[in-house]
Amino acid sequence: MGYEIRKEGDILIVKVSGEFDLHAADFARRDIDIQIRTQGVKHILFDLGGLTFIDSSGLGVILGRYRKISENGGRGAISGAHPNIQKVMEISGLPRLMPFFVDCASALRELG
Amino acid sequence: MIRNRMSLEFLNCSENVGLARVAVAAFASGVDFNLSDLEEIKVAVSEAVSNAIIHGYEGESTGTVRLSASLSNEALEIVVEDTGKGILDLEQAMLPGTGSDPERLGLGFVFMKSFMDDVDVWTEVGKGTRVKLLKSLPTQESGVRSQESE
Repeated sequence: MGYEIRKEGDILIVKVSGEFDLHAADFARRDIDIQIRTQGVKHILFDLGGLTFIDSSGLGVILGRYRKISENGGRGAISGAHPNIQKVMEISGLPRLMPFFVDCASALRELG
Repeated sequence: MIRNRMSLEFLNCSENVGLARVAVAAFASGVDFNLSDLEEIKVAVSEAVSNAIIHGYEGESTGTVRLSASLSNEALEIVVEDTGKGILDLEQAMLPGTGSDPERLGLGFVFMKSFMDDVDVWTEVGKGTRVKLLKSLPTQESGVRSQESE
C-alpha cells in the first residue's frame, strides 16, 4: 500500500493506493497522525481512487483519523472510491460520517 | 466430493494477511465466481486472518496461522485456525463494535457473515480458534447452453 499526504488550505489530503489492510494500517496511522498534528489542518480528505482493497483494519485507520479531526470541529470526506471499496465502507456505516465524492475536486469544494 | 484443496501455514505477522488473500483468490479463480464474489471472499479471509494475528496471538511474535481451503461441487470452504488464546465470549465477539481499542472497529465477524454464506466458529480459551467460511458456488446454466447448441 502506498500513500501520499499533502495539505491544501486547511485540508489534509491522504491519497491512498494499493491494499489497505492490517499491515498497512500501523504505518499509515502513525504518519497521518504526525501530519494532523504538525500541519495544523482542520479537515481531512481520503482520496481512494487508487485503492484496490480495504478491510476493517484500513477502515479503522480512516475512522480513527476522522474522529481526531472531528474532535476539533473538522469534517472528513472520501473521494474516488471504487464500487467494491464503497460496498465495504457502506457496511461499516462510514458514509454517514464521511460523505463520498466522485473525485478529489468535488470533495475539496465541499470541505473548503 | 472434494475437487481441490490447499493448505498453508504462516507466522502471525501482518505481512501475511495479503499472502492469505492472494492464496485464496488464486485457489478460487478456477471457479465461476464473479469479481464481486472474489472481492468479498478476500475481505472475509483478510478479516479472519487479521483476527487470528491481532486477537489470537495478541502480543506474541511466534504464533502460527493455518489457512486451508477446499472446493467441492457445491461450495468453497475456507478455514483459518490459530492456537492462540481463544475467545472468552464468542457471542459478544460476533457483535459489531465490541472491543476496547478505539482504532479497531470490531467488524471482522460482521464482514465475514455479510460476505460469506456461512460462518462457523470453534474456540476454546487457551487452545485457539477455528473459523470456517463457506461460499456457495455460482449456479450452473450449462444444461441450457447444451440444449441451445444442438
